[in-house]
Amino acid sequence: MYTLPNKLKLFAIIFMVVGALGVIAGFITAPSSTEDVKEMMADHHGDDHGAATEAHATVAGEHATEAHAEEAHDSDAHYEHVLHQMQNRPWSAVYIAAFFVFMISLGTLAFYAIQYAAQAGWSPVLFRVMEGITAYLPIGSIVMFVLLLLSVFHVNHIFHWMDPELVDPDSEHFDSIIAGKSGYLNGPFFLIRAAIYLIGWNLYRHFSRKYSLKLDETNDTSWFKKNFKLAAGFLVFFIVTESMMSWDWIMSFDPHWFSTLFGWYVFAGMMVSAITVIALVTIVLKGQGYLEFVNDSHIHDLAKFMFGFSVFWTYLWFSQFMLIWYANIPEEVTYFVTRIEDYKVPFFGMLVLNFVFPILLLMNSDYKRVNWFVVMTGIVILAGHYIDVFNMVMPATVGTSWFIGLPEIGALLFFGGLFIWVVFAALAKAPLLAKHNPFIKESKHFHY
Amino acid sequence: MATKTFHAIYNDDDILMQAVKDVRAEHYHIEEVYTPFPVHGLDKAMGLPYTRIAITSFMYGLVGLTVSVLMMNFIMIEDWPQDIGGKPSFSYIENMPAFVPIMFELTVFFAAHLMVITFYMRSKLWPFKKAENPDVRTTDDLFLMAIDGGNKDNDTVTEFLKNTGAIEIKLVENDEDH
Repeated sequence: MYTLPNKLKLFAIIFMVVGALGVIAGFITAPSSTEDVKEMMADHHGDDHGAATEAHATVAGEHATEAHAEEAHDSDAHYEHVLHQMQNRPWSAVYIAAFFVFMISLGTLAFYAIQYAAQAGWSPVLFRVMEGITAYLPIGSIVMFVLLLLSVFHVNHIFHWMDPELVDPDSEHFDSIIAGKSGYLNGPFFLIRAAIYLIGWNLYRHFSRKYSLKLDETNDTSWFKKNFKLAAGFLVFFIVTESMMSWDWIMSFDPHWFSTLFGWYVFAGMMVSAITVIALVTIVLKGQGYLEFVNDSHIHDLAKFMFGFSVFWTYLWFSQFMLIWYANIPEEVTYFVTRIEDYKVPFFGMLVLNFVFPILLLMNSDYKRVNWFVVMTGIVILAGHYIDVFNMVMPATVGTSWFIGLPEIGALLFFGGLFIWVVFAALAKAPLLAKHNPFIKESKHFHY
Repeated sequence: MATKTFHAIYNDDDILMQAVKDVRAEHYHIEEVYTPFPVHGLDKAMGLPYTRIAITSFMYGLVGLTVSVLMMNFIMIEDWPQDIGGKPSFSYIENMPAFVPIMFELTVFFAAHLMVITFYMRSKLWPFKKAENPDVRTTDDLFLMAIDGGNKDNDTVTEFLKNTGAIEIKLVENDEDH
C-alpha cells in the first residue's frame, strides 16, 4: 500500500503557491486602459527592457511593437487592440495550463478504457496507476467548466465569437460567418454540450473505478464483465464527444477557421501526453520501491506507445498542414500564416520537441527499457505538447502579444502541482495491484 | 572424424522452450531449432546474439530518404520546374512540404525491401533453393531441436532428452569428412 510522502505533498503545495503567485502577478500587471499600454510601450522605448516588475508585460509589448513597427503606431484603435490582447493573456495562460493537465487525465481514461475493451493482457499491473491519474478528472472538469462559464458570462474575452455584437445584424461589428454558425456556437448550447461531455466522462471514470475496486474485494468476475461493457460503451461516447470538445474548446478560438481532422489531432496530442505521464508516474513509483511487479517490458511497451503516438501526432499535424498549405485557400491558410509569422519559434520548436526528439531517442529498442531515457524523452514530449496547446490557443486570443512568462509558467506550475497532489493522493487510496483482475497473472509474467 | 547429432522432436512450444533452457543448463550445444511458426523468446532462450537487422533497416531508411530528396529535387526543381497551385517550383525548401509524402514512402520502401533482401542473403536463401529441413513435419506441427552429440554417451543423452519432454529422438551420424 502506497502512502503519499509528505515531501511530495510539500513539493506540490510549493508548486501551487508559486504558480498562483505567478498567475496573480500576471493578472495584476495586465494593463487596464490604453494609457497603461502606451506607458508600457513608452517604457520599453525609454530604457531597454523596463523595470523588473513589469518585465514580462514589457516583453509582451515588445512583440507587439516589433510586429506593428511599420504601421500607424499611434492610432488609438491599435492601442485598444493591444490592450485587449494583453488583458486576454493571463486568462489564456490559465486556460491553456488547465486544459493541458485536464487532457492528460482524460487521455489516460481513454487509454484505460481501451485496455479493458481490448482485454489487454500486458497492462493490468498498471491499472491502479491509470486510475490514480484519472482521479484528477473530476477536479479538472470543474476547473474547465468554471473557465468556460467565466467566458460565457463575459468575465474574459478569450472566445471571440461570444461577443454578442458579432451576431447582431444592426451592429457595425456584425460578422456574417460567425452569425451563420450561431446555431451551434452560442453560449447556452456551448455550456450544455460541455456539461454533457464532462458528466459522461466523469460517470465512466466513477463507475469503472468503483467496479475495479469491487472486483478486488469480491473476486467476482461479473464486475470485470461490467467494466468491459462499460469501457466499450464509453469509447464510442468518448470519440464523438472528444472530437466535439476539441471544436468547442479549442477550434472555436478561431471561429472563421475549421479543420475536419482537428478532433483527431487533439486526440493524438492527448494520448501521447497521457501515456507519457503513465510511464513517468510508473517509473517514479518504481523508483520508490513500489510496483515490484512492473518489469522492463511494461516500460518498454509504454515507451513504444510514446514513440508510436508521437509519430501519429506528427502524421496528423502534417496531414492538416499540408492540405491547407497546398490548397492555399485564404480562409484556411490564415491559421498557419499567423502561426508561422508571429509564433515561429514555438511553432517549429514544437515540431522538433514532438517529433524529432522522440523519434531519435526512442527508436532504438534498448533505449525504451532505460528508465532515465524514457523520463528524459517524456519531459521533452510533455513540454512539446504544452507548446502545441499554446499554439492552438494563443494566436487567436493574444495575437502578437504573446510570451511564455509569469502567468504561463505560473499557471502550469499551479495545475501541475494540483495534479501531482490529487494523483498521488488517489494512488494511496487503494492497493497498487488490481489483484483479482482475470489478466493479472499474464500481466505479471508479461515479457517482450 | 564422424560427428553425431541428436534430433529431438517436441509437439508443444512451451515444452520446447523449457527443454531449450534445460539442455543449455546441461551445457549441450544446440545446433539449430526448427519450428513451424516463430516462437516468442526462443532466440533469447537459445542464447543467440542480438540481431543487427534493425541497424541495417535504419541505414536503408536513410538511403531511401536521401534518394527521395535528390530525386524530387531533380524532377521537380532542376529538370522541369512547374507552377503548381500558385507555388512555382524554383526552390526546394519552399516546396518541401509537397515532397514529404514521397520522402516518407521511399524511406519505408527502401527500409522494407532492402531489409528483406538482406535477411535472405544472410540466411542463404534464394528462389528455388532446396530446403535444409531435417524433418518435413516441422513445417506442420512439430518442433525439432538439433543437438550436437559431441563425444557423449548416446544412452545418457537420449534419456536426458526424453526427460525434457521429447516425443521422438533420432541419432544422426554424419560420416562425411570435414
